[in-house]
Amino acid sequence: MHGSARALAQLGIMLLAALALLSLLLVATGHAVGPALTALVRGAFGSSYAITSATIVRMIPLGFAGLAVSLAFRAGMLNIGAEGQLLMGAAAAAALAVPLASAPAAVGIPLLLTGGAVAGAAWAAVAALLRLRFGVLEVISTIMLNFVAQYLTGWLVRGPLQEPTRVNPQSASLASALQLPVLLEGTRLHVGVLLLLLLAFATWWWLSQTASGFRVRAVGMNEAAARSAGDVAVGRTIAGAFVLSGLLAGLGGAVEYTGITYALYENFSPGYGYTAIAVALLARLHPVGVLGTALLFGALEAGANAMQRDAGVPSVVVSVVEAVLILLIVGADRWSGRLSARAEAAT
Amino acid sequence: MTPLLVLDGLSHRFGRVEALRGASLTVRPGTVHALLGENGAGKSTLMRAAFGLLQPDRGVLRWKGAPHRLASPAAALRLGIGMVHQHFTLVPAMTVAENVALGGHGAFDPAQAAARVREVARRAGLTLDPDARVGALPVGAQQRCEIVKALARDVELLILDEPTAVLAPGEAAELLTWVRRYADAGNAVVLITHKLRDALAVADDVTVLHRGRTVLTTRAADSSQEALAAAMIGDGMVGDATTGHGTAGHADGAAADRPAAATVRTSRPAPMTTGRVVLALDGVTVRDARGVVLLREVTLTVRAGEIVGVAAVEGAGQHPLLRVLAGRMEASTGRVQRPARVGFVPEDRHRDALLLDAPLFENAALRGAGARRGRMPWAALRAHTSALLARHDVRAPHAAVPARTLSGGNQQKFVLGRELADEPEALVVENPSRGLDFKATAAVQAALRAARDGGTAVVVYSSDLDEVLLLADRVVVMYAGQLTEVARTREAAGRAMLGSER
Repeated sequence: MHGSARALAQLGIMLLAALALLSLLLVATGHAVGPALTALVRGAFGSSYAITSATIVRMIPLGFAGLAVSLAFRAGMLNIGAEGQLLMGAAAAAALAVPLASAPAAVGIPLLLTGGAVAGAAWAAVAALLRLRFGVLEVISTIMLNFVAQYLTGWLVRGPLQEPTRVNPQSASLASALQLPVLLEGTRLHVGVLLLLLLAFATWWWLSQTASGFRVRAVGMNEAAARSAGDVAVGRTIAGAFVLSGLLAGLGGAVEYTGITYALYENFSPGYGYTAIAVALLARLHPVGVLGTALLFGALEAGANAMQRDAGVPSVVVSVVEAVLILLIVGADRWSGRLSARAEAAT
Repeated sequence: MTPLLVLDGLSHRFGRVEALRGASLTVRPGTVHALLGENGAGKSTLMRAAFGLLQPDRGVLRWKGAPHRLASPAAALRLGIGMVHQHFTLVPAMTVAENVALGGHGAFDPAQAAARVREVARRAGLTLDPDARVGALPVGAQQRCEIVKALARDVELLILDEPTAVLAPGEAAELLTWVRRYADAGNAVVLITHKLRDALAVADDVTVLHRGRTVLTTRAADSSQEALAAAMIGDGMVGDATTGHGTAGHADGAAADRPAAATVRTSRPAPMTTGRVVLALDGVTVRDARGVVLLREVTLTVRAGEIVGVAAVEGAGQHPLLRVLAGRMEASTGRVQRPARVGFVPEDRHRDALLLDAPLFENAALRGAGARRGRMPWAALRAHTSALLARHDVRAPHAAVPARTLSGGNQQKFVLGRELADEPEALVVENPSRGLDFKATAAVQAALRAARDGGTAVVVYSSDLDEVLLLADRVVVMYAGQLTEVARTREAAGRAMLGSER
């Protein structure tokens, strides 16, 4: 409890620092700080519509991908490939939508989501296989697979999955029966958010309460000890966690497709899978914490859009702030790591 | 003739450990000088001082009669002292010529560098392709590259640290032949080794270190394997370090235990042989992935209620032996009898036994985690861990503190307690008191005896022979992957550890 209180305080300090930096950037680029920040806050939390249709809508894919990243990182696997896994999930759902076009919702929607999850898992399994069979670092293979997924999507929306008129590089619009139900009338908030909440708590429960979840954490903390003292099958554990991670990211892609975009197109994800790394790290890899940090980053992105629209501030300014937040987290970890190492040496 | 190099009364301490206590060495020109000693006797430390890698606290270094203080290896190389380390310092991606030229000055001319390597190698009588990429060379050739690297700096004295340790037998013989020829051509070589046969085969002079002191200096021709082995294990010397009362620290803890060990040895009842056989290896051979033999035809039985002590110098096969016994490594051939539950305490507890950032109760739960199904019964595990802390006197505020916050001694007591918690039929322990202070060492040793008295079959390896003798009911020695049982005495174990036949 004490530790999490300190983590929260640390997060608050970081946010203040990020806010100060944002103000500096605004001044430096010749923007009025007050109106810009007002636009940012209003865009994220200014109205119930802003909260439900902008902030939370962005939180959902960030949350799924953030869960994916934190699960893999917990097993000691640096999955940088949530972006590609998410794209493949969306692409699989879009591909399944063609034969399922006239299926009823109760059959179609679960199938689309399952298809997306399986595709994400399969995409992650490639990296897991490369790592376990050939020792290819997953950092490298997942980044490369992101590009493959990106261009594969580009080809799909110009080729086999292109909409019937063959004009726009995107898939046909999803049949309305297969779209995720909207939670609140008049908003874009869909039931995907409930699925996210459910999975965040389920992931947390699994990691902390089950034997297989404990094995994942043990391997992530110390592979050699898990093998020697725990007789844990390290390779299998790592592969399992990695595939589950891809499954969560792929599901996120399918949820985004069936809940928001209703179509697959080349720039389907504005880098959700990459921002998810910050989401996961800021949450200290805690699945439930991911809900909070995904909400924060969702708000930042929603606010950035509003800031661009209303105050003419380029939204990339917020990307700078996000990047600085990541650096602050990494720096703080290093710093507290050094402090505890020093305390240890002193005893 | 003026000696080439004289090291006179060198002393050096690392923190509380006295690595050198007035060690001396004299190297005559045109000779091979073997520097012998057990692990930790101070051989490498002494030679690191001669090569300028460390500055001794006391003592004098004379080069051709003149005193010098060597501030760095560069200073040593300027005088003409070169050293080849046991672990190579080569850049694998570079060619031989590039590696040799590394550390030089001025422009790099590949053709000139290659010519230089060719010339140095030819003069020294070594085969080496200057254009080969070092990473692609076999170990023997990499070593020749290291030697040429030193010779290219025009050294007159070459220090070789355990040069044969990394070589196959054929290559080792070849290297020793070269060393002899090179010295006959008027150069000097210091050969650091713990292999008696190598020393006697090739050296003119021999210096033996024991616990940081020079205990024997002799001409090789006037000595024998027995005399050298006796000196190495510290037998019958005046002023033996083991009788002195020194500073606190683990080595002295063991030394202080020695008289007690002698009493125990005579008063303890004859080892129980009535216990049933719990662990048994029958003709077990282990090869690694490259086919190198780690264990050769090892046969060993361990009965309930006895402690079998394993003694060995570094890298003699004790590491795979313990892992095969503990079920952490598979035998390539041979039969292994192992009970369902074996406790294992590895020497590197931070790497192999603990999740340092996890609470103690999770560390306790780690044992058996691989086979566990369903939910973790955390409440029961916490209670179990609290009981474990009390039973094994582990000083921790409660079961939820991270393992990292415990002292080394308490971590070791915790690991031992965890491995004993499910009352295993056998317990395998590696360097149980490494890094522990005197009190913690005593506690850990007491726990091992208690486990033995409770009917557990215990196998203990320690790099400290005294600790092996102190704990063991029976002593076995590993040498070059082979196991022999010896009498429970310093002399017998010491000889077998060094592989000297009688």
